[in-house]
Amino acid sequence: MTTLTGTTAVQTLHNRVGPAAGVRHTLTLAWRSLVQIKHNPMELLDLSVQPIMFLLLFTYVFGGAIAGSTSDYLQFSLPGLVVQNMLFATLTTAIGLSTDINKGVFDRLRSLPIARSAPLAGRIVADTLKQVWAFALFLGLGTVLGFRVHTGPFGVLGALALLLGFALAMSWLSVLIGLVAADPEKVQIMAFSIMMPITFTSNAFVPTKTLPEWLQRWVEVNPVTHLADGVRGLLTGGPVANHVLVSAIWGVAIVLIFVPLSLRAFRARG
Amino acid sequence: MRYAVQAEGLVKRYGETRALDGIDLEVPEGRLLGVLGPNGAGKTTAVRILATLLRPDGGRATVGGFDVVREAHRVRSLIGLTGQYAAVDEALTGVENLVMIGRLLELTRADARRRAAELLERFDLADAGGRAAKTYSGGMRRRLDLAASLVGRPQVLFLDEPTTGLDPRSRTELWGVVRGLMADGVTVLLTTQYLQEADELADDIVVFDHGRVIASGTSDELKATTGAQVLQVRPMAEGHLGLVHDVITEILGDRPELAGGQATVNIKDPTLVPRIVRRLDDLGVVAAELSLRKSSLDEVFLALTGHRAEEPADESRSTEKQEVPA
Repeated sequence: MTTLTGTTAVQTLHNRVGPAAGVRHTLTLAWRSLVQIKHNPMELLDLSVQPIMFLLLFTYVFGGAIAGSTSDYLQFSLPGLVVQNMLFATLTTAIGLSTDINKGVFDRLRSLPIARSAPLAGRIVADTLKQVWAFALFLGLGTVLGFRVHTGPFGVLGALALLLGFALAMSWLSVLIGLVAADPEKVQIMAFSIMMPITFTSNAFVPTKTLPEWLQRWVEVNPVTHLADGVRGLLTGGPVANHVLVSAIWGVAIVLIFVPLSLRAFRARG
Repeated sequence: MRYAVQAEGLVKRYGETRALDGIDLEVPEGRLLGVLGPNGAGKTTAVRILATLLRPDGGRATVGGFDVVREAHRVRSLIGLTGQYAAVDEALTGVENLVMIGRLLELTRADARRRAAELLERFDLADAGGRAAKTYSGGMRRRLDLAASLVGRPQVLFLDEPTTGLDPRSRTELWGVVRGLMADGVTVLLTTQYLQEADELADDIVVFDHGRVIASGTSDELKATTGAQVLQVRPMAEGHLGLVHDVITEILGDRPELAGGQATVNIKDPTLVPRIVRRLDDLGVVAAELSLRKSSLDEVFLALTGHRAEEPADESRSTEKQEVPA
């Protein structure tokens, strides 16, 4: 090792990053994603507009037609909307990552002596907190509109855990999209064309039996259906275990497929 | 002499194309190496390998004595990198951008703040430190980017086309900053498409073309490699240009280039100039202009590669605000 000037601030001469340092790097980068909200509160509004709009539109536009009354429909559709919003929100990870790559921030971070996983993990931690915010907003506004939780605090926490667990699995798909998409606009287009059909061909917004029979077969295996039913069960009562199990199987499958693909795309960049 | 950066036979392939085709580089401690070459010559690829962002397909490189592949983490703790575009988080303020880097480099919160303030002051950004980086001009962003790469007091700094897309004033300012770093003893590897930039800043220059080093040396050495000097003759009467051409061809054995009413030729032996002048005088050709000068790096580049270094294409990125001259 050579010394050049007396002022070098070489913190570590180990060839690895310890786990504690890795956690600190992750938290610093999560802070970086969240601190923008502090001086740009519009960011928080961006996170909130879609939940509010969808909740109002679905309840008051479709409620009467689908369920005969807006309050009955809200009780059915809110869990579905929560799931849909969670899936769309996983794409913030992709958009943020793609922006970082395009702006060169990603390379800057990778040239620092920090844990290799920190840039991704930091984003995911921040995006998970945004998911919690959206969930709270749905429940709060839903309650104002007439939604009632029939289970209790453990049901609510269970629903949140189910959503966050699946969101974490989905964030690997999001990471892959972020790494391969040419720019953030392409991410939006890709995201829309994947998420829209998946969320709508489920029982998130309409009961399965109203659908054509060939579609019902897909709806019954669609993870969105099981997530929506799982969240329904956890918030308003009803069967839970089977839906959680199917959701978990989907989550594991997604992880098994997209973790290797993402890591390959990650390495292909360097 | 100790070397801060050493590379031997670096190869990087992208499919069929060889972005780097066996590159050797050496940067002695405390010196500035200018890597000169057109777009696509492999400059950025070389920097990315040295900065541990890219694995080479062949060859090896060390920075500060550490292998860039096997000891990548150690290399990262010695280097600073400023890429082709300002790699700053636009949603964060100048202070937050620098504090973030400081915290990632394990400075305490107070130390990270102090270091950020120090750097913002040094780069004339103190007043803008509390504003989001997206409100900065192109030149300010570059300075913030450079400040970010200095938070960890790197021993080796990689500057990949740091002035591409900047207006002349911001460019000159950045040159001043780089000279200041040199004075601090930092080793710098700077890539550029601008011959003037290499000429102004670099102790040593290597010229890249198609993934190979095609020439290296000091600016003066490079200028001396091709024909050493350039003779230009502009006859008073444009009709005499043909005669000038014939005289030069006869005496030097080289055909001059005729353009814009003047003849230009590389000349290795300046003592032949008086003979050309006498001969023209005998023929009654009056020279309106006759000059002998060192060849510019541009001409060196042309002679080495057969094409000019600076692309005519507009390099400024449309997304970047240009600094408005005061």
